[in-house]
Amino acid sequence: MPVPTLAVEDLRVAIRGDEGVARILDHIAFRLEPGRILGVVGESGCGKSTLIRAILGILPQGAAIGSGRILFEGEDLLAFSQAELNRSVRGSRISFIPQDPYLALNPVFTVGAQMLEVMRRHRPGAPREHRAHLVRLLRRVQLPDAEAALDRYPHQFSGGQRQRLLIAAALACAPRLIVADEPTTALDVTTQQQILLLLRELVEEMGLAMLFVTHDLGVVAELCDEVCVIYAGQSVETGPARALLDAPLHPYARALLACHPDRAEGFLGIPGAVPSPLRAPPGCRFAPRCAQAREACASRAPHPRRAAPGRMVDCILHDPAAVPA
Amino acid sequence: MTPILEVRELAVDLGGRRRWLRPDLPPVRAVRGVSLSLRPGEVLGLVGESGCGKTTLGRTILGLQRESGGEIRLDGAVVSGLAPREARRARNAIHYVHQDAGAALDPWWSIGRTLEEALLVQGVRDPAERRARIDEVLAAVGLDATARPRYPHEFSGGQLRRVALARILALRPRVVILDEPTSGLDMSVQAMVLNLLGTLRRRYGLTYLFISHDLSVVRRFCDRVAIMYLGRVVELATAAEVFARPRHPYTRALLAASPSLSPEARPPAPIPAGEPPSAARLPPGCAFSPRCPHAQAPCRRTDPALAPDGRGETACLRWREIAADTMLPA
Amino acid sequence: MLVLRKFLRDIPAVAGALIVLLVLLLAILGPWIAPYPEDAAASHLLRRLRPPSAAFPFGTDNLGRDILSRVILGARGALTVSLTVVAAAMAIGVPLGLVAGYARGVVPELIMRVTDVFLALPQLILALALAQLLGPSVESAMLALTLTYWPFFTRIVHAETQRLRGALFVDALQGIGASTPRILFLHILPNALSPIIVRATIGLGFTILVAAVLGFLGMGATPPDPDWGLAVAQSRGYLPNAWWFATFPGLAILVAVLGFNLLGDGLRDLVDPRLRRSR
Repeated sequence: MPVPTLAVEDLRVAIRGDEGVARILDHIAFRLEPGRILGVVGESGCGKSTLIRAILGILPQGAAIGSGRILFEGEDLLAFSQAELNRSVRGSRISFIPQDPYLALNPVFTVGAQMLEVMRRHRPGAPREHRAHLVRLLRRVQLPDAEAALDRYPHQFSGGQRQRLLIAAALACAPRLIVADEPTTALDVTTQQQILLLLRELVEEMGLAMLFVTHDLGVVAELCDEVCVIYAGQSVETGPARALLDAPLHPYARALLACHPDRAEGFLGIPGAVPSPLRAPPGCRFAPRCAQAREACASRAPHPRRAAPGRMVDCILHDPAAVPA
Repeated sequence: MTPILEVRELAVDLGGRRRWLRPDLPPVRAVRGVSLSLRPGEVLGLVGESGCGKTTLGRTILGLQRESGGEIRLDGAVVSGLAPREARRARNAIHYVHQDAGAALDPWWSIGRTLEEALLVQGVRDPAERRARIDEVLAAVGLDATARPRYPHEFSGGQLRRVALARILALRPRVVILDEPTSGLDMSVQAMVLNLLGTLRRRYGLTYLFISHDLSVVRRFCDRVAIMYLGRVVELATAAEVFARPRHPYTRALLAASPSLSPEARPPAPIPAGEPPSAARLPPGCAFSPRCPHAQAPCRRTDPALAPDGRGETACLRWREIAADTMLPA
Repeated sequence: MLVLRKFLRDIPAVAGALIVLLVLLLAILGPWIAPYPEDAAASHLLRRLRPPSAAFPFGTDNLGRDILSRVILGARGALTVSLTVVAAAMAIGVPLGLVAGYARGVVPELIMRVTDVFLALPQLILALALAQLLGPSVESAMLALTLTYWPFFTRIVHAETQRLRGALFVDALQGIGASTPRILFLHILPNALSPIIVRATIGLGFTILVAAVLGFLGMGATPPDPDWGLAVAQSRGYLPNAWWFATFPGLAILVAVLGFNLLGDGLRDLVDPRLRRSR
């Protein structure tokens, strides 16, 4: 088995705030191989952004890692200091594409100045070479008039162009892993489709791995090789995108897909609400809303089981060791 | 059946002003000659990308934005050409639900007071009647009386949509303009909101103008669909027809680009390059021609009007040839 | 309650609140807690210019009056002036700002240009000129200060109203047919209240200062009123020997102004929208 680009193992993160300790992530586990795109799917409040922050090493104050490892090319990122992360990981080997291209660029500097700044930190070579490399990248992301673009200011680009700029910026230091946080949510559908196609090509061309965080199951179906479904901080099911979307195994994944207008029979939704991480139920967090929940679910600690080749499901129904009802 | 709401050749110009010693700012032609009608009880989807004028069209029909040309009829009576306040009064059967339901509520006012205010403004003087109506609509949208003393920030996104709907329902509307009613909601919440919208439509006999950019939702929820591009309706037909046999090249592109759980089942069409131009700089001829893979010289000269195409209407000079070319069943 | 907890963590703001509370108590209870309440008017030439002692902790002035008593008694005058001025300035400035921010056309332009003219002139100079014109008295000082302070409120309310008139909830209210006065006074004004309160609090301190300056220059309170500014003016002839004569009334001004400013700054932090979101 090759070394995965990113392997998250039993990650638990709690954040202490004014109202108590919020157990935001409670057992997240997945693997991401080079050249693959993993879609991390979950509804708002499921802990997607905390997961991204944990991977990038920018957890907020008061956050504590309860357990687990974040293995990036075999090294545990949680063991790195901030200085080490800055020097050799963040912005160089792992780069980030944010959700909102409008907020990610400083309006008072030219885009070239902002992008070259990052390269100067992380890439050997002269500024002239950096510039040439950037222009090549901007051409590659199909930004019109790549040469002149570097001397323009962020407001002179449309939303789609800005997202292309940020993709080029993310590629500038030849990363091994790109973490993308809903990069197409703010875009129109035709632009979104262009960006998704571009990302797919780039990943294949450069042999990168991409972690694509989204709430849009349609986008996952379009783009991702693998999916990790998160519910209330627990990764409830992971597996190949096609297989998982066509036949989800975990009750939450099934309920979620049944809500998608392409699948929904009647629009029923999922009764109940996501539990607050301050008062999360012990055991399976979906149990209170699950139609198939058993008594044992309330106390069952998360432990995903292999349900089919490449598919991990964290549910008592797919656990051979569990006592049948 | 006579339409409940009819819009004919509606045009809306936004902004534009004379300036002293500087060139005048030309108005942006946000809506350019839109004609459509709503039949009683139907859901008409209005689909398009940002900047296509769908929200402006909705606000103009409501009366918050003044039309610069064309005609709006409600139950056959002309309600256009009026000053804003009179326009709103004449169109009191039409109400509007904002996209961001939370921001449409005054953060300093409790839900109960907000609902009560709507009735006061509409001249419901009897406190007992106001109470009864509020209780009724809160129950109808699936909230209970405990919602009354609470403030908007205490509600989740899905609950806020319910509050916004309750506020409108209390006014007994007949036509409701829903502006992106599901955007920004989680999938499970979206499903519940759609379910509620369907229930309310049946229960109160409502007619919806459903503004959305989410084709998956529109396909499931709407009876007919109007596709907008840069201020014009380019295609109008039943939802089933539009999704099975799109005629306009833009509709095809939109369908091909819209994320779907089964990407392989979509009709194939090229995704247009680039992005829609701003409505302030309209290209000559058909507004879609610069991005259209089928555009020819005539397309760059004439702006086609919406014309009957046998099963609906299409605004494209070449839809017959394109349909034949791409060998889709006509 | 998060707001209160956040406020209590802000030590300067709490100090400011305590000072304001103290000034308020002095203003209300002054005649009862001052050691020599009759010194508001009476003079005792036999004990002129005594340095601070157990009997006269702040010393006595040129007419033998207890300075501590006069500082305490002066609080009421200072607070009356500043409260009246700020209330009157708000009564003029806030409605003008609402109209200027909400209406379209010539009227708002006119209001804002007049406001700009007032803001462009240094407030003190303008107040001085007006007070001179009206003749020296507390009333004319208050009138002068009011006439120079309202534009600050117009500016703030104008900016807030402009921001809020584009808010979606205003749009929704127009959609259900709410009248303009209803939207302005029941919806926009409460939403614009936080910055107005902050401005008013800081304004209270500022007005005490400017009123003291007017008193010092002989344009405000007239003898024998126990006015802080007036006391500092009268003390000039006895410096540096009778240092206590100038120091204690001056300190009273300083502390009162500081208190209102600290409180105002604390309130400004409190109404910061970021806090609202975390609630």
